[in-house]
Amino acid sequence: MNPSQKMESRLEPERYELRAAAPYRFDLDRRDFFKFLGAGIVVVSVLKSTAIAQESGGRQHRGESLPKEIDAWLHIGEDGRVIAYTGKVEMGQNIRTSLSQAVAEELHVPLGQIELVMGDTQLTPFDMGTFGSRTTPTMNLQLRKVAAAARETLIGLAATQWHTDRSNLLVVDGKVTDPKGGRSVKYAALTKGQKISQSIASDPALIPATEWKICGQSTGKVDGRDFVTGRHRYPSDQKLPDMLYGKVVRPTAFDATLVSVDTQKAEQMGAVVVHDGNFLGLAAPTSQQATAAVEAIQAQWKTEPQISNKELFDYLRKDASQGNDPSGDGDRYDVGAVDQALEAADQKLKQTYTASYIAHVPLEPRAALAKWDGDHLTVWTGTQRPFGVRGQLAEAFRIPEDQVRVLMPDTGSGYGGKHTGETAIEAARLARAAKRPVKVVWTREEEFSWAYFRPAAVIDVISGVRNDGTLTAWEFHNYNSGSAGIRTYYEIPNQRIVFHEVKSPLRQGSYRALAATANHFARESHMDEVAHTVRMDSLEFRLKNLKNDRLRAVFEAAAKQFGWGKSKGSPGQGFGMGGGYEKLGNLATFAEVNVDRNSGDVKVVRVVSAFECGAIVNPDGLRNQIEGSNVQGLGGALFEAIEFDNGKILNGRLSEYRVPRFSDVPLLETVLLDRKDIPSVGAGECPMIGLAPAIANAIFDATRVRLRALPLVPAGLKT
Amino acid sequence: MAMIRLAINGKSYSVDADAQISLLTVLREHLDLTGSKYGCGEGQCGACTVLIDGKAQRSCLTRVGTVAQKQITTIEGLAEGDRLHAVQEAFLEANAMQCGYCTSGMIMSAVALLKKNPNPQPSEIVDFMDGNICRCGTYPRIVGAIQRAAKMAQQSASARGTGR
Repeated sequence: MNPSQKMESRLEPERYELRAAAPYRFDLDRRDFFKFLGAGIVVVSVLKSTAIAQESGGRQHRGESLPKEIDAWLHIGEDGRVIAYTGKVEMGQNIRTSLSQAVAEELHVPLGQIELVMGDTQLTPFDMGTFGSRTTPTMNLQLRKVAAAARETLIGLAATQWHTDRSNLLVVDGKVTDPKGGRSVKYAALTKGQKISQSIASDPALIPATEWKICGQSTGKVDGRDFVTGRHRYPSDQKLPDMLYGKVVRPTAFDATLVSVDTQKAEQMGAVVVHDGNFLGLAAPTSQQATAAVEAIQAQWKTEPQISNKELFDYLRKDASQGNDPSGDGDRYDVGAVDQALEAADQKLKQTYTASYIAHVPLEPRAALAKWDGDHLTVWTGTQRPFGVRGQLAEAFRIPEDQVRVLMPDTGSGYGGKHTGETAIEAARLARAAKRPVKVVWTREEEFSWAYFRPAAVIDVISGVRNDGTLTAWEFHNYNSGSAGIRTYYEIPNQRIVFHEVKSPLRQGSYRALAATANHFARESHMDEVAHTVRMDSLEFRLKNLKNDRLRAVFEAAAKQFGWGKSKGSPGQGFGMGGGYEKLGNLATFAEVNVDRNSGDVKVVRVVSAFECGAIVNPDGLRNQIEGSNVQGLGGALFEAIEFDNGKILNGRLSEYRVPRFSDVPLLETVLLDRKDIPSVGAGECPMIGLAPAIANAIFDATRVRLRALPLVPAGLKT
Repeated sequence: MAMIRLAINGKSYSVDADAQISLLTVLREHLDLTGSKYGCGEGQCGACTVLIDGKAQRSCLTRVGTVAQKQITTIEGLAEGDRLHAVQEAFLEANAMQCGYCTSGMIMSAVALLKKNPNPQPSEIVDFMDGNICRCGTYPRIVGAIQRAAKMAQQSASARGTGR
């Protein structure tokens, strides 16, 4: 592990999963496929590249139910049913739909004929997790490759059957057709009685984006009907016969130690109580009985004094300067001579920006149902990392991973907040004691206190600029929040960019777009401050210092749609922009605000985002992600902040923690730049990053008040 | 504990439950009607919304003992056989969801709104729906879906010759 990976690991738990590749690579036992999947055709994509091996497939030992040295596979059964298997999971990004589109496209079958098995550690290839906007650039491509290989196999079968050359044959609508011979055969007829297993030796020919018929089209959620009828079963809806309801007795503060406990009353009430180290929980036949039993438990906890959100930003900087920053030199980027360039600059500007801890608030809280069969454990849970949770369970219960199966029913969102397996472990521990299946569903209050937060940030930016608007020096220090999006895409000859690791007072981890939101807020706010200093237009100043064509294109497209440069209609009106490059996507977001100086009320009136992520797979699905990013982003930009003191969350419920609602939503306009010549990349995160700086810059435009802390106006604009 | 008679989606149920517990708990745990969701337990998110005598109510705050003898409709009871309710259809057409966890509550609230106000303005939709949270941020699509459903209902009403 190199130093930067090591440093990232605490902030981005998924990176911690990066390990060396398996020392051996054994041949696949192809009979295994047919044992599990039935006869037909199986196509597997065998891993070659180490980079992909770290994300999907790879480093799996033998002894599992199916060979795992592969990153994707696909089965066409004797009935013509197409099933694709992936370790990625669905939580609202609608990848069940976009991945189905990819398979349908390459196989030339109707979308409705594709079934996707996702995130089941027994049935799907290993996958590191669903995060980092990786599904589209990696899994979409892999599934297209296996589907293309299946298509070629089917053509080969038909060619043999008809004693004709394969170049005479076409595939249309689930059939191989011989236009000259005037004959066609359904896939099902070709697969009947076959046990063909094929791996992809070289990259098969994929259908270019310019010729896509199913990809590139707007497609609704493939199983949408189950969601509008209430039929879909989320993790928290799972049920088994004889199931008990589990609850955990929570400490009175973070890092508290259990000193003494009296569980007698709870046990008399019929609950199965588990006291194991610092874990204190119980299971009962109904959730009402479980809650009552928790209330009957007398527990004493020893707590330590801890800091509050009021001291947070001083603490973060101080902690780094006190030598708790072992990796200060680890994740840094230096180019040119920053100090000399700052000295020589016409204008110098130094500012500090901050971001609070915020909560993911997935509407479905963490949930798990666990069941033991002897020493084999099965858990249904909502997680972005089913294989990671399997590892956590194996470790917690000291059993081999192949005795643990984790299944992930499509979940009520995650946003980076469901990387860990808390409820899975809790439910499994209680189920082991109760000798019956146990379901644990966190309350909203538990979700606020016992999950983890988006890291808080302190960011210092020091810049040097010539009077003509050319940036010459750029120094950027991020304390605590992370290094995602920390580099600048503006052309600056002298740079010093450093991420400083800090011991976070609260448990923190991944959050949609990671630190890119805070880093872009600081950078894009600062860009406006420098533009103002040299009396240049914000757009002109950015474009003067920006060479990247794709990024210029989104700024220009958003500016055009927004009508940048138009004059203000009223004194409270303000316009601003922010944008950047993140997770391979390119974004520019422009915002219009209206500020009422008397009441301090800030209303975001209109938001225009232009986004480019290569060839678009599902245009309306993409719009949905961009709109959603802007709506969710409103919360962190305007008012979301976790308050805490002495190891307790002070606003940990929905009546106390404000999230965006219908009435907060501005007019949203989305401009999509479809680059069919560039491979498709993801869109779940990048669209988040432009909104906060666009709003801050618009507020400045309206009021000449510069706000440098996220959230910007939790209690309105006070000046 | 007592036997409580409930009329849900046109069916009659007898439930052996404490009259003080929430209707949501009874729906989900006793009757396995899991379409109504838990989101916050304090009436702040609307994921648990059901219709009680046609009005949108938060089932997490509704004590089951208070709704005996009343007509309860949940998301499971909205479609007629295979035919979806106009609001369900409109949500699908507008792709007004991402993870879908809020969708049941959104649809039930929208049905109640359209019952009261068959042709709501966008601002009226926003006012009525403001107690329902979609954390994925599909609000504009939901507003669009409700307008679409209103139009669909009016069209089918005028097709039947009973247009208002």
